[in-house]
Amino acid sequence: MTPETTILVAIGLPLVGALAISLAGRIGPNIREAATAITSVSLIWVVWGLISTLMEGKSPSIEVSEVMPGLSITFTVEPLGMLFAALASGLWLINSIYSVGYMRGNKEKNQTRFFVCFALALSATVGVAFAGNLFTLFLCYELLTLSTYPLVAHKGDAATIRSARIYLGVLLSTSIGLFLPAIIWTYTVAGTGDFTAGGILAGKLNDPEIGLLLALFVFGIGKAAVMPMHKWLPAAMVAPTPVSALLHAVAVVKSGVFAITKIIIYIFGIEYLFKSPSSEWLLYVAAFTIIVASLVALRQTNIKRLLAYSTIAQLSYVVMATAILKPLAEVGAALHMVAHAFGKITLFFAAGAIYVASKKTEIHQLRGIGRRMPWTMTAFTIGALSMIGVPPTAGFVSKWYILAGAFEANNLVAVFTIIASTLLNAAYFLPILYLVWFEHEKEGEKDHGEAPFLTVLALTLTAILTLAFFLFNGPVIELASQVVKGLS
Amino acid sequence: MDLLAHLPALQVVIPMLSAPLIVLLQPRGLAWAGATAVALVSFSIAVALTLAVLDGQALQYAMGGWTAPYGIALSVDTFSAIVLLVITGASTAALLAAKPSIDQQIESERQPLFYAAWLLVLSGLVGIVVSADAFNIFVFMEISSLASYILIAGGPDRRALPAVFKYLMMGTIGATFYLIGVGLIYMMTGTLNLADIQDRLGDVTDINPVLVAAGFITIGLALKAAVFPLHVWVPNAYTHAPHMVTVFLAACATKVALYVLIRFDYMIFQATLEDHQVQFALFAMPLSILGILIASAVAMFEGHLKRRLASSSIAQIGYILLGVSFVSMAGLSASAMHMFNHALAKGGLFLAVACLAYQYRDLRLDQLGGAAARMPWTCAAFVVCGLSLIGVPGTAGFISKWLLITAALESGPWGGGLVAIILVSSLMAVVYVWRIVEALYFQAPVEGEGPTSEAPIQMLLVTGFIALLNIYFGLFPQVPLELANSAAALLLEGSN
Repeated sequence: MTPETTILVAIGLPLVGALAISLAGRIGPNIREAATAITSVSLIWVVWGLISTLMEGKSPSIEVSEVMPGLSITFTVEPLGMLFAALASGLWLINSIYSVGYMRGNKEKNQTRFFVCFALALSATVGVAFAGNLFTLFLCYELLTLSTYPLVAHKGDAATIRSARIYLGVLLSTSIGLFLPAIIWTYTVAGTGDFTAGGILAGKLNDPEIGLLLALFVFGIGKAAVMPMHKWLPAAMVAPTPVSALLHAVAVVKSGVFAITKIIIYIFGIEYLFKSPSSEWLLYVAAFTIIVASLVALRQTNIKRLLAYSTIAQLSYVVMATAILKPLAEVGAALHMVAHAFGKITLFFAAGAIYVASKKTEIHQLRGIGRRMPWTMTAFTIGALSMIGVPPTAGFVSKWYILAGAFEANNLVAVFTIIASTLLNAAYFLPILYLVWFEHEKEGEKDHGEAPFLTVLALTLTAILTLAFFLFNGPVIELASQVVKGLS
Repeated sequence: MDLLAHLPALQVVIPMLSAPLIVLLQPRGLAWAGATAVALVSFSIAVALTLAVLDGQALQYAMGGWTAPYGIALSVDTFSAIVLLVITGASTAALLAAKPSIDQQIESERQPLFYAAWLLVLSGLVGIVVSADAFNIFVFMEISSLASYILIAGGPDRRALPAVFKYLMMGTIGATFYLIGVGLIYMMTGTLNLADIQDRLGDVTDINPVLVAAGFITIGLALKAAVFPLHVWVPNAYTHAPHMVTVFLAACATKVALYVLIRFDYMIFQATLEDHQVQFALFAMPLSILGILIASAVAMFEGHLKRRLASSSIAQIGYILLGVSFVSMAGLSASAMHMFNHALAKGGLFLAVACLAYQYRDLRLDQLGGAAARMPWTCAAFVVCGLSLIGVPGTAGFISKWLLITAALESGPWGGGLVAIILVSSLMAVVYVWRIVEALYFQAPVEGEGPTSEAPIQMLLVTGFIALLNIYFGLFPQVPLELANSAAALLLEGSN
């Protein structure tokens, strides 16, 4: 198999998997789960196999169809996309293990539809990761929105439909209303939309227009949840927890910040953008989002909504790191995508495990739960510490790089924002940890133990990853450094 | 002369002469089989003609060997090829799927007459497209219109009668206006052949009658094409017609009138009248913008499935006209492309509606709750075609929307505003399509109502195939795009 066909296999595999899952769903749940497992393991094997090709310095690329002259569906492997695809495919396996435990433990309906849509969403995610130009990115981005809609609306009652409508409404209207015109504008100005090292817009646009185009991109990519386009993310929390965990902490939201990072690096070019004063606003908007979302998180009483607002803040970390426009900060942005993924998926897994075991959804109900669910809450603690950025967790590594980039650029706003938000993160996570471990639960609470084995297994694995990333982050840093090679 | 040279004539003659024969096929099912076979032959001819014009041949045909300007001339170029494909394709798809639905809606003894009328519509519509003569266009227009009144009123829905009466009135006024215009032009030039008119109008010194003719012809055809605000006949006619007739007519009927409008304006008026481009743009652009916005808004609030889609059709005609009003290569090719893509999307949607209607008697949205659980394939096809109508990337509808936005950006200083209008209306399309999807998938079923099974396999196969075509032409639009670009080049060339 040549690397070029491997790309197509990586995108096609979850599609075939979706078909297999829907057929197997008619036979029985165990066969269906086996189909999911086989698909996700083979996806890891295929996607991770591409890493070695990339490390040899090659960048395989394949054109599927030239839709219109100059406008083609092309997939290209480059370091940033590789990192994202490897991350999403790897966590999909763990998430599938978790999903089986969660969906069965909760006796959810329509499980076949759930697993089919999940596989479709993964296909779209890999497509986003390997998109070789803006048009292909947009195509996969929209497919991701559409394939996750049934997952958000899974429960099917009136409140869920309302939330799902917000989800679809915000994501589709921003992408059609802002992202699409930005893409067409880029194609009209530059004549191409290919992701090219150093950017394609240099010298083609003047100053105020650059800021405007950047705004169309940043706000048009609603998945990055930069304020005020963030409302869909708390709304999406009505979905079953595995969806929130993989899609709304990793695949979907990371597609957003990934797209913004990729556009800034490969379409605008960071050096060109650095010289354009009209693009500076992005840093402030991201900083504003970080602080405000953290403040809103302080006031949340529902666990999943708190995690959603924390995600909004953490996503803007990536956006802000990218907007610093210095190579070290770009590496930090890439690292933070990975680090945050490990930590946040752990937190969501834990929240879901709590729900399965005890049906608890509110923070004040967590009093003393650490004694009943030691494994889950240990993992939760590790995830929370990683969000704050305490060593030895993953969050520390990426924050270190972002800070280093901020100092390199002498960007005091970024430095201040990172410090302030670290304090805020501590302010909303530490009281929970105290509640969980040191308070005693009230008399007459429901008697329960740990969540089903598979869920605990999954969240333990991700917690270990969160810790391991602190020590063994070499390959990821190497990959991320390739992105900015030649830029510094 | 080989067969290819005769194809333009056969395209019209085969369905026309088959129509009376179909009436004779009384035994059950035979009339349907005959009509479908004829439709398939017509479609094959259209494909052959398309291949020929793509090869660069311009096909001219003189009936009975009498050459123009005395005989009846037919001609086929890339622009007509697109419309021919749409007409014959829509008719074939609708007929292939039609049998169960028609059996349900029309008594078997009236079916041969019904299918005969169907073939007359088909023959009239393709006749309009291949005619190279202004008066013959009128004749074919009357054939197709009169026969389509029969089709629309042919169903069990008695409300179709007032709807068809309205359609008849409007259609007749439109045709009369057109005829008055053609008469004026004949008065000034002494010819009815389109190419001759173009030649001789340049020598006409008294330009006023020609201007009046342009007014009459444009308004008359705009009425037939349901250009906003001359569209009032559309919603009722589409809603109350038999479901398969809606599939056929919604996909192509108004587009044919629009085709004549575009051809007349570019080939004749823009070529000869000074500053007519500006006049035309100032006439067409505001109307198309209003149509797009108002009809989309209306569609958002229609409670009846077919009526909602009919309103959307008026907005889509606005898109086509908007592209035409740019008077540019990009705009024209966007419009030609949208004729093709909208036929795919809307035809697919109405096919899915016909499948739903096979099982649901009442097509109001609040009655359709939970349809997706019982009719998963129908609803899946509906979603795909709906996405194409919205213009989601990866579907055919996206291609034309992309072209239209690009054309708008190039159209001048107001381009940004036009882009905004197109995008806003796309969002409105999201709203009116998604409200249906929610009803199908998530609304609770009405007590004691609703089907127990899917639509017949014959209907499902065709519907699913059209849905797949929407995706295929979203990823591989090269062939229609080549046709559209060539058509746009031809029209612009003709206008200079």
